[in-house]
Amino acid sequence: MPPLDLLPLAAESSNLLAARNQMAFTLGFHIVLACLGVALPATILVANYLGLKRGDGDAMELARRWSKAMAVTFAVGAVTGTVLSFEFGLLWPEFMDRWGGVFGVAFAIEGIFFFLEAIFLAVYIYGWKRLGGWAHFWSGVPMVITGIGGAFSVVAANAWMNQPQGFTLNAAGKVIDTDPVKVLLNPATGYEVPHMLLAAYMVTGFLVASIYAVGMLKGRRDRLHKLGLVIPLTIACIATPIQLFVGDTAAREVADHQPAKFAGMECIEESGTHQTEWVGGICTDDGVKWGIGIPDLDSFLVGWSADTFVTGLNDIPEDEQPPANTLLHLSFDAMVGIGTALMGLALWFGFVWWKKRDIPQTPWFLRAVSVSGIGAIVALWCGWIVTEVGRQPWIVQGYMRTEEAVTEAGGIWFVFGFVVLLYAALGTIAVVVLRGMSRRWREQGAEPEVGGPYAPQEEVAP
Amino acid sequence: MSKADAAAAILWVGATFYALFGGADFGGGFWDLIAGGAERGERPRGLIQNSLTPVWEANHVWLIFIIVILWTAFPPAFSAIFSTLYVPIALAALGIVLRGAGFAFRKSFEGLSERRAAGATFAISSLLTPFFMGTVVGAIAAGQVPADGNGDAFSSWIQPLPLLIGGMFVATGAYLSGVFLVGDARRAGDDELERYFERRALGAAVVAGAFAVAGLVALHSEARYVYDRLVEQGLPLVILSLLCGIALLAVLLRGGRRPLRPLAAGAVTAVIWGWGVAQFPYLLPTSLRIDQAAAPDPTMTIVFVVFGVAAVLVLPSLALLYTLSQRDLLESEH
Repeated sequence: MPPLDLLPLAAESSNLLAARNQMAFTLGFHIVLACLGVALPATILVANYLGLKRGDGDAMELARRWSKAMAVTFAVGAVTGTVLSFEFGLLWPEFMDRWGGVFGVAFAIEGIFFFLEAIFLAVYIYGWKRLGGWAHFWSGVPMVITGIGGAFSVVAANAWMNQPQGFTLNAAGKVIDTDPVKVLLNPATGYEVPHMLLAAYMVTGFLVASIYAVGMLKGRRDRLHKLGLVIPLTIACIATPIQLFVGDTAAREVADHQPAKFAGMECIEESGTHQTEWVGGICTDDGVKWGIGIPDLDSFLVGWSADTFVTGLNDIPEDEQPPANTLLHLSFDAMVGIGTALMGLALWFGFVWWKKRDIPQTPWFLRAVSVSGIGAIVALWCGWIVTEVGRQPWIVQGYMRTEEAVTEAGGIWFVFGFVVLLYAALGTIAVVVLRGMSRRWREQGAEPEVGGPYAPQEEVAP
Repeated sequence: MSKADAAAAILWVGATFYALFGGADFGGGFWDLIAGGAERGERPRGLIQNSLTPVWEANHVWLIFIIVILWTAFPPAFSAIFSTLYVPIALAALGIVLRGAGFAFRKSFEGLSERRAAGATFAISSLLTPFFMGTVVGAIAAGQVPADGNGDAFSSWIQPLPLLIGGMFVATGAYLSGVFLVGDARRAGDDELERYFERRALGAAVVAGAFAVAGLVALHSEARYVYDRLVEQGLPLVILSLLCGIALLAVLLRGGRRPLRPLAAGAVTAVIWGWGVAQFPYLLPTSLRIDQAAAPDPTMTIVFVVFGVAAVLVLPSLALLYTLSQRDLLESEH
């Protein structure tokens, strides 16, 4: 057939790289929207609650605006999420053929959560005017629960790829029995799910706060802007210290159960005790270049003692080592570095708020908050790079190599290029649309819309 | 009925809901596309927008439901379909992205030209997705998907039967949507729009019927196994579909105000289950049987649990959403 087979780029090995790039790119795009889908509902409901309980018009206005923005981000997230589910079959048909019956259950469960989230999101977003105040508030609560449930299911599936269990193979390697509970509750679920949930709340909180920080830096110092900064920032700053603890635990679990990934992200060439912790630098066969080395710290972080043994790449067969160790190492360091910086921001905010019941009165605080959203997103991406690139060459750790899973279809590079352009347009338009909404809100000023939220039905023109 | 058969039935339930509700949403895009210039098409487009806005995302989830149940309960079938029909599937996915984005962006744009571009994107992609999904179903029925996958990427679906089924999907969506919109126009008390969509529903019914007849002819030559079972075991369902279709035409032509939606839904549902009966016991006629493709039993149990939870939680929630929407308690211009 094959007009497409004539393309020189259709060679099989090339397919693997193209398919991995496409998966990484589309997942990286979607994961930001997924974070908003998971954590924006709770952020909105906090504002909605304050609006109802204290009669706070500014808080109510924020909840209303955020829910309008969520209508856009959720729509784009729903379609980009659909693309990912298609890609499981389009890019990795052999993976699904062999393992779909095992880890697919996680996605089957996720389907229910996504369903309920889409339904109640519609009721909440479009029910502002004609559902009563508290009834409307409660219609939003299922979004929070289903967002958490959906994230649990999807991340459990990813965790299973890292620490697969809950199946029986026959001599030919075919799955003949499954234990769905063990699949869902694989050991990696325990640290990956909380890590991702907290990340979703951090990304959402810092991102929304950063938008209002930029507005305040431009001189919009009204109460609405301050509240728009404080509500999401508080949520993110509560999540941050917990995240540091969870992330630290996750790294130790990776060291114990995924030694190749850990050796890659920490640039450990030789197994042994008294491992140096390298901050930054380039990983080479002769050790780390241009990094800052702290003697014994890596061993100490893994097992609370410099005598802790840590596996190095020399004990991992060459064809089972992750590629691009420098990428892994720098991604890991960037994630930890950004997380630590955000922790500093959280302490600063928390301390000043505790003392003065106000945000720090220096433009540097607003500048820090205004970059925190992008920072949290970069940290999120870096974390996924560590998880996914660090598992290579495996798609199912120890059981199936990614090269065995990839499609034989032609033209993946071409499709990848097209998808990059399409998503770039999609992302740009989404930002333009959201900025346009924000501009219109400002132009309307503080005047309430005709009818306003929760106005009696008679006053609303149908 | 074995566990695998029950799981296949769940798949068909999902397909039925997706065809009825998701299909109607695609049809809305079709009517939007041919509604004419900005001024002339303003009122029908307004009605379409109002009826789609609160529900299209929830309706879209049926597709996710079908996909995840397919790959969980019947992984080899999922893999075979996606590794063979990746061209129409990728094009359907493109349509899904463009349609959702176009629809979501349209009402957020201010300028007329941006709105028009977003609207056109939404409307054109509303044809793209059902057409290519139809070719996928047609290619499966025609036995073009080998059990171990990697069938021919083009000749598997560029054939009369898949292309006709693609056309039938577009026409059926338009037909369902036309009928649903007649009801919405009635509720809004808009006689003019009611007539407008009655005429269009009638036209779409005739076109969908023509595609179905042509499809049956193609089925006879390209998918003999499916054809034979359709006219034997599936015959009652074919007759039921025909009766519903004729009754609906009669109501539309006489211009009464009898309920139309159950008849339209009945006609489409009967065809979908007729297809299922005709394929039985194959998922991929005639290379992969349902029992051959089935995942191990514990996985199937989870599929049943998920379906049970869906029946207990999702269906009532959907009913709530539709009720609120039909009582005008939700609004598209939030």
